[in-house]
Amino acid sequence: MKRVITAAAAATVLLAAAGCGDTGDSGDKASPGSGGGKTLTVFAAASLTETFTELGKSFEGSHPGVKVRFNFGGSSTLAQQITQGAPVDVFAAASPATMKPVTDGGAAAQPQVFAKNRLVIAVPAKEAGKVSRLADLGKSGLKVVLCAEQVPCGAAAGKALAAGGVKVEPASREQDVKAVLTKVRLGEADAGLVYRSDAKAAAADVKGVEFPESAKAINDYPIAALTKAPQSGLAKEFVQLVLSQQGKDTLVKAGFESP
Amino acid sequence: MSDVVSEKAGGLDAHLVVRRPAFELDLRLAAEPGEVVALLGPNGAGKSTALRALAGLVPTAAGHVRVDGADLGALPPERRGIGMVFQDYLLFPHLSALDNVAFGLRCQGMGKRASRARAAEWLEHVGLADHASAKPRALSGGQAQRVALARALAVRPRLLLLDEPLAALDAHTRLEIRAALRRRLAGFAGAAVLVTHDPLDAMVLADWLVVVEGGRLVQQGPPAEIARRPRTDYVARLVGLNLYRGRASAGAAGSTVVLAGGSGKLDSADSLDGEVFVAFSPASVALYRSRPDGSPRNVWRATVGAVERQGDRVRVRLDGPPFTAAADVTPGAVAELGLSEGSTVWAGVKAAETHVYPA
Amino acid sequence: MTRRSTARSANRSTAGRPPLVLLLPALTGLAFLVLPLAGLLVRAPWSTLGTRLGEPHVLEALRLSLVTATLATVLCLLLGVPLAWLLARVRFRGVRLVRALVTVPLVLPPVVGGVALLLVLGRRGLVGQWLDAWFGITLPFSTAGVVLAETFVALPFLVISVEGALRAADLRFEEAAATLGAGRWTVFRRVTLPLVAPGIAAGAVLCWARALGEFGATITFAGNFPGHTQTMPLAVYLALETDPQAAIVLSLVLLAVSVVVLAALRDRWVSTS
Repeated sequence: MKRVITAAAAATVLLAAAGCGDTGDSGDKASPGSGGGKTLTVFAAASLTETFTELGKSFEGSHPGVKVRFNFGGSSTLAQQITQGAPVDVFAAASPATMKPVTDGGAAAQPQVFAKNRLVIAVPAKEAGKVSRLADLGKSGLKVVLCAEQVPCGAAAGKALAAGGVKVEPASREQDVKAVLTKVRLGEADAGLVYRSDAKAAAADVKGVEFPESAKAINDYPIAALTKAPQSGLAKEFVQLVLSQQGKDTLVKAGFESP
Repeated sequence: MSDVVSEKAGGLDAHLVVRRPAFELDLRLAAEPGEVVALLGPNGAGKSTALRALAGLVPTAAGHVRVDGADLGALPPERRGIGMVFQDYLLFPHLSALDNVAFGLRCQGMGKRASRARAAEWLEHVGLADHASAKPRALSGGQAQRVALARALAVRPRLLLLDEPLAALDAHTRLEIRAALRRRLAGFAGAAVLVTHDPLDAMVLADWLVVVEGGRLVQQGPPAEIARRPRTDYVARLVGLNLYRGRASAGAAGSTVVLAGGSGKLDSADSLDGEVFVAFSPASVALYRSRPDGSPRNVWRATVGAVERQGDRVRVRLDGPPFTAAADVTPGAVAELGLSEGSTVWAGVKAAETHVYPA
Repeated sequence: MTRRSTARSANRSTAGRPPLVLLLPALTGLAFLVLPLAGLLVRAPWSTLGTRLGEPHVLEALRLSLVTATLATVLCLLLGVPLAWLLARVRFRGVRLVRALVTVPLVLPPVVGGVALLLVLGRRGLVGQWLDAWFGITLPFSTAGVVLAETFVALPFLVISVEGALRAADLRFEEAAATLGAGRWTVFRRVTLPLVAPGIAAGAVLCWARALGEFGATITFAGNFPGHTQTMPLAVYLALETDPQAAIVLSLVLLAVSVVVLAALRDRWVSTS
């Protein structure tokens, strides 16, 4: 048994070493502005899928030879992957809280808020009218789903509900905002709290009902070029693009707000 | 035979027709209460199929199965009221010997305690009272066979079927188990049908033999009759006789048989006319280096086809012309005559040793 | 009997020296399976373990996981054993297709399975709308929904395992039972089932393990609510969002409990069979 543990420990060390080597050596050291055959790796929150894909195309257009590779996912998962040493150039998170472990660990410095997202009440498009204000979510017999407290949209929902003094017994606390949207789309839930950008992307099936309390729970989206970015020059340029007027226009069109 | 028995109310009267793509079984079987009928035949003859058809495990295309006057032909196996002992006994491995025997009683609706008590009696009856709690894997072959027999008999079947009940036993225990089985079968009041490929088992256990070849009945009768008067090459081989077919014409002292195919003649002391079988034992064949004198005897010149030791005797195959025959001689005779494959000898059989009976 | 026992002892005597060609990949495979576990153990926050385990939501999720996985296993047995019997013993047109369909949940991403369950058994689902209208039953967001989601993904394991056992079982035992007067149901209950019991046990263990670890179909179909639908894997996933250390603790708890249960069951079965 002791021998097994020793072997396991040795293997763990080996794997860790391999991982570290990866972060340090992979990719060429970037020279700012130059393009030829480079790949820019961007980790971004799932809610940014549509807008960042569009911006990425634009970036590739203005930087011939550069390929932008995205990894969209839950912000905290992405943050974990970055702190575990994934070779990433840019990280865009859905909340300052999920950006924090990355800056704390020194993997990034000075993140900038590039967009804000506010909550709306998502209701099935066919049943619009049942819910017109936040207080309606407290009605008995109404199936409401929220994000889990651990994820940004859940934290925001908690703040908004507290601000409105509304008590909700949710049927479920979903793992992310897309899951909330799915439940509303399929009619399993009568209402759910999602970001405006998400409701907009699902406009065919879901109607987003605005409510004033959402002002108390506006979510900031921070972005940062990572300190160990393999393509540090390109990384800074991509962050610039997101912060530019073009970036703002794209985001606003998708339902985000400018900071 | 079957016509006669079918008029009786008791026992088994069956006509089994089973059709398969390359095989057809068409067999009439009859057994009186208390009678043991053995189905004897080579592999693939259909004897096991016949037994399974009696049990209802194989669907029949036509015919009937009447037991004690009731037609079981349309009933599923579980409602036929039969008992069956399978070739490797098929004792349920997860049940004790006692519960194996009690199984059929439970199926008849008897309570757990009562069926166990009855099963215990049966185990005692077959001498296995102290193995009641043993699982089948802990039993010897002979013990397993006795449990299987007790299991089949416990349901008080009107018909008992035994599929090669001795085949799974080694030669050492076989003799003893066979004698015991014979005693138990003798005590069984219903009809019993036994399938075997071993003529000795059939002779010892059965009152009546039915020989099946290619799905058809080729010969039936009491064991002694079959042993003395085989009617097919298969039966002749089983009982160890040389058998020929021919046409007999009676003379002053017995008859002369012209063998079928014009391959020779055999004289016999039996006086008979017409189509006949001629049989003689290999032991009655004498071999000589040169043509022997004296008569009346059948004498022919033959070529040695094979020489094979069998116990304390040597079996010599004599090839034709005029015909093929087996001869049993002593090892001393083999040396004396210098017998080997391809050598020629003179063979003789006394007319009194050949047995002629109508075909 | 004697033949079998000699074969067994022969196996034992040759088992001493496995060839290197087998030993090397075997040990690599073992290491591949065990190392991630070692990773969890190495990184576990042992000092705070006690307090974390005492948290009520952990015990609640654990209890829910054990209850739902067990209920799902029972449901799998009730539905899966007859289905396996049908596939193994009844000749019908399209049996191959049915067999392929049975394995669908194995290849289907569990999340998709969850969506599919919603489309059928959800409040607006093909069947679910009638359940709601007639009986007032809604399965999503309920513990029953968790059991159904787990059953959906675990059922193929049971069916495949039991069907294999049924195919390998000697049909002549069933014939012997029939000649003794046992009807088909009695034959199934008193002969077939005991004969394939090891296969059923193996299938049930796989089933239970799969149900215990189920995440995707559960969170999609039944949602996530502490005490009702939040099983350990869901709790682990959400803990990972904010507190990876807590996630490791939860994973270890799940692992430890399942290993203990499986080891205990295995001993029981081995000693009774």
